[in-house]
Amino acid sequence: MPGRVMAEAATASPHRAAERRTVLAICAIATAVCAVFLFVGLRGNVAFVLGLRLSQLLGLVQVAVSAAVSTVIFQTITGNRILSPSIMGLDALYLFCQTVLVFALGGFGYAALPPAWKFSGEVALMMAISLALFLPMLRRRSDMMLMILTGFVLGLMFRSLSALVARLIDPNEFAVLQGASFATFQSLDEGLLAIGAVVTALGTAAAWRARHVLDVIALGRDAAVGLGLDWNRWVTALLSLVACLVATSTALVGPLAFLGLLVVALAERVCGTRGHGFLLPAAAGVAVIVLVGAQALARLGFGGAVVVSVVVEFVGGLVFLALLFSRRHG
Amino acid sequence: MIEIEGVSFSHGRAPILSDISLTIPAGGVTALVGPNGAGKSTLLALMARLLPLQAGSIAIAGRSVAATPGREMARTVAILRQDPGVSSRLRVRELVGFGRFPHSRGRLTAEDERLVDEALERFDLTGLAHRFADTLSGGQRQRAMIAMAYCQGCQTMLLDEPLNNLDMFYARDLMRTLRMVADSQNKTIVVVLHDINHAAAHADRIVALRDGRLVVNDVTARVLTPETLQAIFGYRMEVATVGGLPVVLHHR
Repeated sequence: MPGRVMAEAATASPHRAAERRTVLAICAIATAVCAVFLFVGLRGNVAFVLGLRLSQLLGLVQVAVSAAVSTVIFQTITGNRILSPSIMGLDALYLFCQTVLVFALGGFGYAALPPAWKFSGEVALMMAISLALFLPMLRRRSDMMLMILTGFVLGLMFRSLSALVARLIDPNEFAVLQGASFATFQSLDEGLLAIGAVVTALGTAAAWRARHVLDVIALGRDAAVGLGLDWNRWVTALLSLVACLVATSTALVGPLAFLGLLVVALAERVCGTRGHGFLLPAAAGVAVIVLVGAQALARLGFGGAVVVSVVVEFVGGLVFLALLFSRRHG
Repeated sequence: MIEIEGVSFSHGRAPILSDISLTIPAGGVTALVGPNGAGKSTLLALMARLLPLQAGSIAIAGRSVAATPGREMARTVAILRQDPGVSSRLRVRELVGFGRFPHSRGRLTAEDERLVDEALERFDLTGLAHRFADTLSGGQRQRAMIAMAYCQGCQTMLLDEPLNNLDMFYARDLMRTLRMVADSQNKTIVVVLHDINHAAAHADRIVALRDGRLVVNDVTARVLTPETLQAIFGYRMEVATVGGLPVVLHHR
């Protein structure tokens, strides 16, 4: 053991190598899980089934990556590790939109909405609301608690409003609403999928480019300004990125409140670091493993009888509680 | 050189600083002293552009604090704030390496690594280099933060109460290190101190504030008289000479 300690002290970054190996392993597992999802149990018209699965996989990967990336950025900016952007009331807002739409248009009218219009309208609305919520409070980091509280209150308000409108809805149409209330990966519009994939890819690339800046932001406002960062400009840009990623993925598949929290907590535990060069890819990889893996398991093991998003949310909720209880400092 | 011209600052209606004008010459250690609430930290934060200037102007090494881009300023002046809590899980070496951010934007070159090693060595942190910062004691973490500021390689360093959390050994050690850095590399170091005797022993110059106003800005020996000290701190204290050094008996 003394020899090992000596070696650690002598070389510059022995931990980097270990962390890099961990990230590579996570990515390898994620790739393997994707392959299992695509190729295991292929029957019938192989080309058709493969095409279907490919588009499902694209949706899953995109949602997984954007949940992971947006949560990492959000947590770093807010300096808080038990929050994710979707806990901030965005999912509740989405639900409220759906409820109002079903109420106003009826079940058939809702189903007949052109998907591209509905999609872009929802993205625009959610980006507008989240920026209106986040941006004015970013002058200083100390206002973060106010922002978080506002998020919770807004979430509560949207939920209560949804509940109110839901009582007014015809019971048959309520079933339509129920279907829209949970994330679903079964029926994704391919055009929207392509748009979403582009947004997610660009957003992830931007986050990756900003990884060193994110490391500095994690030190807090004073240290970051001391090191020459334009705090307000960077935080505004990064929060816009978060809003864009969350809005796109929520509009695509529906709300997934705890997925981001779950995978970032797992990735941080596995990686043992908060360095964004490692954490970003690790969290994205873990998210793919969890989401695609759960979907594959549900199809192979349970014959599609299990709603994956419900399971993921259940486990994510448990992790959230565990984080709350285990960490006295956030 | 630090030039402060007509700086005032207030929180709402409460004035924190009123019309401060002073010049701190380049090179050497300057102690910023004064009773609690005198506005020392605010003045330092204004110099470090952590607070926006409300009135007046500040220039460090000829660069206006308000108008110079952040990155250029970060290569001119390094700052250590009071109570720098590190929330992220970082190893000491990584933390100190952040000092190089204004130069290499996060991609450490071999030269950067060398400077990081030198900073670790200088602040007696080599043995702790691979420890996580959140497992260190308050004093160790303080030294790591100071090493990071040092690593920034700026000609001017601003330190807000760096002796907080340090025991006598490391407080003396830090002041001696600052002294040595100021002498050997001709740096301008401004340090907020509560213990006037550390200022007496190590500072070339003392700037004293009281109730947001400048009381005195002079070389150390001329400030350490019972009359001036009373004007700063509001009570009379004797100044003895022990071993050729002035010692303020402030605690009697």
